[in-house]
Amino acid sequence: MGAFFLTALEVESLRLSLWVSGWAVVASLPAGIAVAWVLARLRFPGKVLLDGLVHLPLVLPPVVTGYTLLVIMGKNGILGSLLQKTIGLSFSFNWKGAALASAIMAFPLLVRAVRLSIETVDQGLEAAARTLGARPLRVFFTVTLPLIMPGVLAGVILCFARSLGEFGATITFVSNIPGETRTLPLALYTLTQVPGGEASALRLCIISVLLALMALVGSELMARRLHQRLKG
Amino acid sequence: MLDIQVARRQGNFQVDAAFQTRNTGITALFGPSGAGKTSVINMVAGLSRPDRGRIVVGDRVLFDSDPGINRPPEKRSIGYIFQDGRLFPHLTARGNLTFGMKLTPRSQRFIGLDQVVGLLGIEHLLDRRPARLSGGEKQRVAIGRALLTSPRLLLMDEPLASLDLALKSEVIPFIGKLPTALSIPIIYVTHSIEEVLHLADDMVLMHCGKSVAAGEMPEIIHSPKFQEVIGRQEAFSMASMVVKIHDQSVGLTLLQGPVVCLKVPLMKCAVGEAIRVRIRARDVAIALEPPSKTSVQNILEATIEKVNLLDSSLVDVVLNVGFPLLAQVTIKAKNDLKLTVGQKVFALIKSMSILADGMNDISNPSCNFSCSSRIRATSPAGRRTNASV
Repeated sequence: MGAFFLTALEVESLRLSLWVSGWAVVASLPAGIAVAWVLARLRFPGKVLLDGLVHLPLVLPPVVTGYTLLVIMGKNGILGSLLQKTIGLSFSFNWKGAALASAIMAFPLLVRAVRLSIETVDQGLEAAARTLGARPLRVFFTVTLPLIMPGVLAGVILCFARSLGEFGATITFVSNIPGETRTLPLALYTLTQVPGGEASALRLCIISVLLALMALVGSELMARRLHQRLKG
Repeated sequence: MLDIQVARRQGNFQVDAAFQTRNTGITALFGPSGAGKTSVINMVAGLSRPDRGRIVVGDRVLFDSDPGINRPPEKRSIGYIFQDGRLFPHLTARGNLTFGMKLTPRSQRFIGLDQVVGLLGIEHLLDRRPARLSGGEKQRVAIGRALLTSPRLLLMDEPLASLDLALKSEVIPFIGKLPTALSIPIIYVTHSIEEVLHLADDMVLMHCGKSVAAGEMPEIIHSPKFQEVIGRQEAFSMASMVVKIHDQSVGLTLLQGPVVCLKVPLMKCAVGEAIRVRIRARDVAIALEPPSKTSVQNILEATIEKVNLLDSSLVDVVLNVGFPLLAQVTIKAKNDLKLTVGQKVFALIKSMSILADGMNDISNPSCNFSCSSRIRATSPAGRRTNASV
């Protein structure tokens, strides 16, 4: 009977995973929308390079991404040390680092989803809003953003689900510290490395599947409702 | 006053337009498809930038390439009604209507929501989203949305082009009411002669990217340049008439013009209503004496003002019958009758050939009396073919 209940350690890893993924989404969303807009609308030299850079985590081995993060954002990294000194923000070996690694890994998925929906927005509607007296920034928030909401939602869900599963970059960048950086996949990995962890691993495995499924079904339902609203 | 001089190169297409309009009334920007009409008003609205030129609305310079003035669209106070409506799909009709109104300072508003809603008859639509509006309803909301920004100039880009005949007649009366309801100038882009005759006071003629003529309606309609653009075959004269009497016993309606009366098949418009009629040049015959036994109902005394050779077989004869009346006859007929300038003749017009494209016609389908022939005569496809020859 006890096999169906989660141990304190498992609950902690689940809670940490949700927390880290939530922050990964919240922190990367504004940047993701901005980059998606730039890629969808602007033409400038070096656009291909920016596009490549954004998509790099998708094709690089996660360990490479994690190690690069360690070099740049770690305690002695160029940016890491600067942030530590100026605003006291540290990413090394804590949950913020895990969130950063998740965000970077999921960023291409977020940008792709948002960019696709920006490309389908009728720019005539934006021009109409300009003639009605709205400055470009207002046009973005009152016309473009509501129209791309289904795409943003899809991006958010994808980003969140990808963050829940993030493993390689996280373990390389911030290690596997219980209660700090040991998220669900890391806990699962740890359990498979010790004898007698099979039941625990199976429970975490089932939870992972359920979480991913809930995210996908939830996003589909919300997308349908948004779509319905536009249809009248 | 509006002073518009714009030039812009778009790929291989050069747009070059210069015209002025009055402070009130509807100015039609008329020309065949692809003449550059929309490009011109996009520049006026600030949606595209002229290579050079100057755009002045009233006392405000909106664009001037010399000192480098270029106000952004949101600072131009110009209402733009697009061909495809462009209502915001995520907002209700009310949300669409108030979108621009909320961005207009209270002190600058000259028209309120209730007034616009009443003017356009859209009370019952306010809580619907655009997806649940018909084409005509969408266009009325779009007109209201533009009006509520209290603009100093209204641009309409073929607002009826995507509507079928029934929906056109639903929207036209509301557009016709605008000049009297507001005292702002309206530039109305169209390639439809019907719409021009229904609505316009003045006209700017566009052809191949250039503005080739501008002025008051009758003046432009009767100019050779206009005939060139719409095609010689389609040349016509127009006259403003007032419905005088309906004679049920003989099935004719009498229209009173500036000097002469015209008989047309029975109309259902109210007596006293002002309408514009259109008479195609090829439907007018000329006689030296009034024929005594004829089916032709309109026999008008006329003076020949001009005789222009059109091609190897046709001549254009400009007659004065109290208004300029254009007649197209063959060279043989001209030679047989020895037609010369100053000669007194008689113009013969079958009552069926007088087409009332007036305000009440399409807007009130019961007013049609020669609907089928009129539609055939001026189907947009036919006109376009002629204009592009």
